[in-house]
Amino acid sequence: MITLSWYLIFSAALFCIGLFGVLARKNAIAIFIGIELMLNAVNVNLVAFWRYIAPEAITGQAFAVLVFAVAAAEVAVGLALVISIYRRRNTVNADEIDMLKF
Amino acid sequence: MTGMHFVFLIVAVITLGAALMAVTSRNMVHAALWLILALFGVAITFAILNAGFLAVAQVIIYIGAISILMIFAIMMTRRLIADAGGQISSNWPWAALIAVVLFGGLWWLLSGWGGFNTTLPSISARADPLVELGQALVSPSAYIIPFEVASVLLLAALIGAIIIAWERK
Repeated sequence: MITLSWYLIFSAALFCIGLFGVLARKNAIAIFIGIELMLNAVNVNLVAFWRYIAPEAITGQAFAVLVFAVAAAEVAVGLALVISIYRRRNTVNADEIDMLKF
Repeated sequence: MTGMHFVFLIVAVITLGAALMAVTSRNMVHAALWLILALFGVAITFAILNAGFLAVAQVIIYIGAISILMIFAIMMTRRLIADAGGQISSNWPWAALIAVVLFGGLWWLLSGWGGFNTTLPSISARADPLVELGQALVSPSAYIIPFEVASVLLLAALIGAIIIAWERK
């Protein structure tokens, strides 16, 4: 049988790939892609812990549903911000969006 | 090695490979399509873990809504996809180092934990996880308040998104 460790290492790898994307990409939308991968890694972890540690309590899946809702909210607001910034500054490069720097 | 191991390994390799392509691909549209493949792999992982509802929700919400929203945003901000002189920032070796160190640290931390090699417990036949999840999300003794708060958050975020992206004349 597959033990819990396989899922944990899989989700750790997915999380680290997403983290690399967030840190290394210039394009703001590419940073969102990295964040989505990180959120998915968290969801895999939640569901794996539910299935292996506490299958009689439904907590893990309920939390994963809440993570879905929060991820959808985050992406909607984030992409609206990116489009708004693109309209005013004509760029989505995170290095060039530095109006708050003083 | 059983059949389940092979299925899991194939899904995991495809998912991680697609995720790696999604964060390194120079063409943003390709990156979004690789992201869809990675999300699909995660959906299959949910299905392997007996979380059927989440697998379907993953396909509908992540692949059907979020990824398509991203592709729309990429196409509306298309100017500097090709001519920005590379999509990867110049300090990417530090990012790679941080990611690899974090992965090694997580692996080390988890391997020291007692439940690391927990084997699969059987789900009792009387309880259907799907029915339990549906009841837990609307039961006053379980998750109705977090569920409603998440609904209000999503509504507020969508209204906020419309207001932020509104083009003022």
